[in-house]
Amino acid sequence: METVPLLEMKGITKRFGKTLANDHVNLRLYSGEIHALLGENGAGKSTLMNILLGIYKPNSGEILHRGEKITIKNPKYAAELGIGMVHQHFELIPPLSVAENIFLSMPHRRFLLNQQEMEQTIRAFSEKFALPVDPAAKIWQLSVGEQQRVEIIKLLCRDCEILVLDEPSAVLTPQEAKEMFKTLRTMADDGKAVVVISHKMNEVMEHANRITVLKNGRVEDELLAQDATIERLTKAVVGARTMDEVTAKPQKEPGKRLLEAKELTVQNDKGLIALDKASFELHAGELFAIAGVAGSGQRELAESLAGLRPSVSGQIALEGKDITKTTAKERIGLGISFIPEDRLKMGLIPGMNLKQNAMLKKFRGPTCSKGGILKKKSIAAMAQAYVDEHAIRHGGMELPVSLMSGGNQQKLLVAREMDGDPTLVIAAYPIRGLDIGAAEAIHEILLQQRERGACVLLISEELDEIFALSDRVAVLCDGKLMGIRKTADTDYEEIGRMMSGELA
Amino acid sequence: MKPFSIRLEKRQTVSLRKQILNPILFVLLGLVLSSIFIAAIGISPFAVYAKMVSYSFLNLRGINGSIEAALPLILCGLSVALAFQMNLNNIGAEGQYAMGAIFGGSFALFGPSMATPIQMILMFLLCAMGGAVWALIAGLLKAHWNVNETIVTLMLNYIALLFLDYLCYGPWMAPKQTTAISAAIPKNLYLPDIAATKTNSGILIALVIAIALTLFLHYTTAGYQIHVIQRSVKTAEYAGINVKRYIILVLALSGAIAGLAGFVQVTGVVHRVQAQLPGGSGYTGIVIAYLSRFHPLTVILVSILFGGLINSCAAVQIMGVPSQIATMIQGCIMIAVIAGEFFNHYQLTFPTKEREWEVNE
Repeated sequence: METVPLLEMKGITKRFGKTLANDHVNLRLYSGEIHALLGENGAGKSTLMNILLGIYKPNSGEILHRGEKITIKNPKYAAELGIGMVHQHFELIPPLSVAENIFLSMPHRRFLLNQQEMEQTIRAFSEKFALPVDPAAKIWQLSVGEQQRVEIIKLLCRDCEILVLDEPSAVLTPQEAKEMFKTLRTMADDGKAVVVISHKMNEVMEHANRITVLKNGRVEDELLAQDATIERLTKAVVGARTMDEVTAKPQKEPGKRLLEAKELTVQNDKGLIALDKASFELHAGELFAIAGVAGSGQRELAESLAGLRPSVSGQIALEGKDITKTTAKERIGLGISFIPEDRLKMGLIPGMNLKQNAMLKKFRGPTCSKGGILKKKSIAAMAQAYVDEHAIRHGGMELPVSLMSGGNQQKLLVAREMDGDPTLVIAAYPIRGLDIGAAEAIHEILLQQRERGACVLLISEELDEIFALSDRVAVLCDGKLMGIRKTADTDYEEIGRMMSGELA
Repeated sequence: MKPFSIRLEKRQTVSLRKQILNPILFVLLGLVLSSIFIAAIGISPFAVYAKMVSYSFLNLRGINGSIEAALPLILCGLSVALAFQMNLNNIGAEGQYAMGAIFGGSFALFGPSMATPIQMILMFLLCAMGGAVWALIAGLLKAHWNVNETIVTLMLNYIALLFLDYLCYGPWMAPKQTTAISAAIPKNLYLPDIAATKTNSGILIALVIAIALTLFLHYTTAGYQIHVIQRSVKTAEYAGINVKRYIILVLALSGAIAGLAGFVQVTGVVHRVQAQLPGGSGYTGIVIAYLSRFHPLTVILVSILFGGLINSCAAVQIMGVPSQIATMIQGCIMIAVIAGEFFNHYQLTFPTKEREWEVNE
């Protein structure tokens, strides 16, 4: 490794209002290395990378490029320096081809696209770094993994020397992720510096050269990957709190059969089959997890169970009664609760206040109204009870919930959905984007519901979460239910293989 | 960044004081703007404004006239304001008003005579029904096939107005009349004035509807559901709210209120059915609803101001000001207030070096 870093960030401090997002952060990137940036949500990883990319300007600190002091004034200048990023949400235009998309991202492009030349360049990079992709294919035809490759080639075509990838393995199966890291390794060997933002410790230890751990905006630890142990990283990431395998869940015999789905087939918004003949049974007092890469039909499954999406064929029965044709309103009445993945687009109304959000499912009931007239006092009391019971922090009952933090928003949503003792709780990615404290609180609540005798259907992409909480796990791949296992009888390897569609 | 750069920041909340002061400030700005045009024709804008205020608002007769001119505007404004509570653009108040007048008018002119209160109530209900039916067409199309209600309601305006023209130039035209106007309706259907002040009692109807609407929107589960739908259709469906039914309901109700503009105008002002009866009130109602920020009670206030503007037209004409001046002032005020609305959502900041890059995430 060279002695002069390709890029060095020294004492970077960035303030947003009162919060310190980055506090004297040092980061050194050498060419030829894969550098992992590890930390929880809100630890300051994204802020630091946005400073590197010229999107934010630091309040203090300096940046050295090959030993020379520079100021990254704007994203354009960052691109000129050869710094590029693959975001978690890809920036591709679906109806255009791979070549066209890459052409559009070129800084000094000519007015017209020379198709052949462009395709040749793409093929060259494809071969050199083992990134198989068809330059003529349209983006919408590609899988998520292929789209990620297009994003990486985009950066290569711009002669990037520093490539930042934000949670690149989140959308991939374990097998696909392995391939991707192999590619990143060849790129590092070619003299580039690769930064991988991640919160998965195993992955980081396996593939990175060096690791920088951020916590609360500060560098908690900086170490070589070979010196890293799970214990050391855990301590750096979550601090004093030990990760005692989440709250140990009490053993429990599953109760009676609660819900039965038979050959359930559901379409997505585009009218394509997104869930294909899925059959499963859920029991009372059971935590049933659905694993799978994002976009494998989880949303459609959850929404069809909640009555928000009609099924093309198949049946849903609750306690032996066919409820396939019932409306969302009727299913709320049957005790089906739903914590949707789009917290602010579906679960809550960001512009409305805490009380108005608290009554969303109950405004018809006797607590909230009588003869169609709202009972304002009783509603306020109900909202206050949620706040007290779940320690929801808010700036005021009358303020829009958009001003609350993500964790408190989710607590409010969960409090509302758990009120009235539901029989079935559908929880889609319930801890996504939450800090550890809030996540633990939510897990605790889900386990309490299981304990009480409700069935909890947990949809997650985190195998750690699934293995810690669930009694049984089903795996979705490409809309097909690959199989159902008792969590105690399976392991990461088997579930990972099912996620990639190997095992039927 | 350059030293003199100005940044726009989105406001999270707007204080009530700002909400009230902002439109007043921009109404004044609108008046300043229109005074340029008045000055351009060689008349002192101050003299014109003074005359307008004294004629329309400083004596009982003037106030009564302003209120009378405001009546159809209030009802059309309320109609538009209600539809907007669910993000529905009902720009068809004009046509719904006309249909209200046609339904009610046919009963008044050709219906059987009966006890006055019953006849009055039937007339009231028929006018509301005319408007509701007309808006219902747009509501059904929107709910079931997602047809754009803005276009449907606009197009229905032409049909309704031309149908009214046909009736008034044809079968309903009073004998020995040269203008397109029907015979007078029976005397017992005349809306009485409030005895003490000689004010058109239509204002009481408008007031009751505005209060009822306010209560409906803020104190009922239906009002709550309407506001949930306004914010997010997806969330409404998630909460089990029947969005289609509310689209139909709200548009029909909105149409019914506009139809009542036909009721107050026919029974309270014109006492006949007339071609071009709405005379643009439906469109002015849109302006009023926007200026009132869709608050029913504010609609009444703004409408009366607009009514005064229209009422004083004749008075300032004597000073040599063209009668179109009222419309022009309306336009200026509207542009100013709508532009001013922007500052309720954003504020200008002059960033110092420290704050330059602060972003609220």
